[in-house]
Amino acid sequence: MSVRTSRQAVDGLLPSPEPVRFIAEDGTAVPAPAGYPAPADEQLLEAYRRMVLGRRFDRQATALTKQGRLAVYPSSRGQEACQIAGVLALREDDWLFPTYRDCVALVSRGMDPVEVLTLLRGGWHCGYDPAATRVAPQCTPLATQTVHAVGMAEALRRKGEDGVVMAFIGDGGTSEGDFHEALNYAAVLHAPVVFFVQNNKYAISVPLARQTAAPALAYKGIGYGIPSEQVDGNDLVAVLSVLTEAVRRARSGGGPFLVEAHTYRMDAHTNADDATRYRETEEVERWESADPLARLETYLRGRGLLDDEAVAAAHSAAEEYAARLRDEMNADPETDPFELFDHVFAEPTPQLREQRALLAAELTAPED
Amino acid sequence: MTTMTMAQALNAALRDALREDERVLVFGEDVGPLGGVFRVTDGLTKEFGEDRCFDTPLAEAGIVGLAVGMAMGGFRPAVEMQFDAFAYPAFEQIASHVAKLRNRTRGRLSLPMVIRIPYAGGIGGVEHHCDSSEAYYAHTPGLKVVTPATPDDAYWLLRDAIADPDPVVFMEPKRLYWSKGEITPADRRAGGFGQAVVRRAGRDATLVAYGPSVPVALQAAESAAQDGISLEVVDLRTIVPFDDETVVASVRKTGRCVVVQEAQGFAGVGAEIAARVQERCFHSLAAPVLRVAGFDIPYPPPILEHAHLPDVDRILDTVDRLQFGDEPDLLHLAREVS
Repeated sequence: MSVRTSRQAVDGLLPSPEPVRFIAEDGTAVPAPAGYPAPADEQLLEAYRRMVLGRRFDRQATALTKQGRLAVYPSSRGQEACQIAGVLALREDDWLFPTYRDCVALVSRGMDPVEVLTLLRGGWHCGYDPAATRVAPQCTPLATQTVHAVGMAEALRRKGEDGVVMAFIGDGGTSEGDFHEALNYAAVLHAPVVFFVQNNKYAISVPLARQTAAPALAYKGIGYGIPSEQVDGNDLVAVLSVLTEAVRRARSGGGPFLVEAHTYRMDAHTNADDATRYRETEEVERWESADPLARLETYLRGRGLLDDEAVAAAHSAAEEYAARLRDEMNADPETDPFELFDHVFAEPTPQLREQRALLAAELTAPED
Repeated sequence: MTTMTMAQALNAALRDALREDERVLVFGEDVGPLGGVFRVTDGLTKEFGEDRCFDTPLAEAGIVGLAVGMAMGGFRPAVEMQFDAFAYPAFEQIASHVAKLRNRTRGRLSLPMVIRIPYAGGIGGVEHHCDSSEAYYAHTPGLKVVTPATPDDAYWLLRDAIADPDPVVFMEPKRLYWSKGEITPADRRAGGFGQAVVRRAGRDATLVAYGPSVPVALQAAESAAQDGISLEVVDLRTIVPFDDETVVASVRKTGRCVVVQEAQGFAGVGAEIAARVQERCFHSLAAPVLRVAGFDIPYPPPILEHAHLPDVDRILDTVDRLQFGDEPDLLHLAREVS
């Protein structure tokens, strides 16, 4: 018995040696990468508007945390190209399996920001309807959602729907076993799922170099037989183009795909974290100059697609959005302690009914 | 009436569920053409095709996580963990997702899925093949935990579990796979999911047992009867939901209670039962509620498992300590002093 792996099969799975890029850091176009069509101009303008909105949302959420209106907020400032491109690459009937750091993507999908922030506000664990929005609850246990994404993709395929599932994950999450099981299952089942790694260089405080010895996270696909790509994660055009191609491929029966976007988490892990303990200010400043929003704006202006008026309109819409969000979040959420017993099972057990009555007695007992 | 082994009853339940509901799927390790290491899925791939009953890669978190996604997508997976201890890699999926998805989403999503786990010992299995892991699951809110002791219950409880809107951890006592019994036709079935059953009526004390311990408790009751002691045996059938009513009614009648479990005793299901009984039956009790359990040791090597497993003698010795002579439990006190 001879075992031989064809060079061609291997090469077909490998990512590009350099991240795919359409726009240089100064906002000028670079020669178009092979195999990736440029998104339509109108889609780029829509992406720009959503990035402006997303960044304003993120800033507002951070402010709301400082005001005590959110229990915690993991900012995705600096990752807007990834957040918006991930959503724009999907159809409304495609499924998204996000993490806790992906609020900007969710509001960019048109979801109610108050519902999106319910988890971080501490009102409930998930504030939106996953079935109606086709967005799974934001996932906190790292990488566990990637296996669910494979299951959902397999479910869609079996039902004859042409929907695609996208699973978001960070660089730290790729070290978890579930990520590897998800890649393997997706490949074996040939499931229509796209794994989108936002490599923002830190897992809380741990830098990428301590997370992996792989040449890039995109190389984790080949061992499972999954084609992969790496992309400049602060280049909206590149991320959108690569993800659109990955989704198209999955939708047309091409199976799973892994995309790694090289980006950077500009803020600390959450408001409760102090990033100065583990990284240099100079490093953060260097990434400021690679800002995805400024880059897209320069690029679109350079191509004559965007003018002062359109920029002002985008910012004005974002301000209105943030003001509305602030007002809505300043009202205390309505809570009902008895709801704690309502969703443990479809029907509460006798024991839960007893405990509900116990709580009722506690809540109605006269104060001492 | 049809007579079959518990393994055959489970197979029949999966077969009938697959036949009646096209959303039902069976998957796991070696469950396809092989039919599972205990043959519980025997013939299912042949009858229903690889789409409905299929082998997965060897990764338990993957199996359970895949089932979560497929249940979210409208299917009703009944997955197999090959052995009790091999289910541990899936524990995060079970505790953080399977048990919580309904709650996290305020009831907007449910997970109608079953995780079948062959469990417990008594079959001469080497390490990591004989764990009694039921307490981990029973301690996790959001999971229903079922363990049959007869082929009839194996069939019907598995059918109920697959039809249930909530996730069920279905624990199959390995040593009872080859026990035989009759399957009750649907129209003559009494009781069911969430209800304990009195397996043997008695007068002097109640033995509360579940899963692999039920036949041992019944043998003990038979043996005690020869000495003129009448023991009632209650089979829980479902640990969650727990049937306080049946257990309490029995203990209030007999006035004495011994809880029997094969699992190690500390912080186990038996401790919960003992606490519940004394909370509810204090004025009916003529003696403290006692427990019979495995020792608090990692499961022994096969040659020594007989020393660990609760048997008829350990049960009868414990029944003897129920102060029938109106004496305090001197044996127990003496042990404490020494």
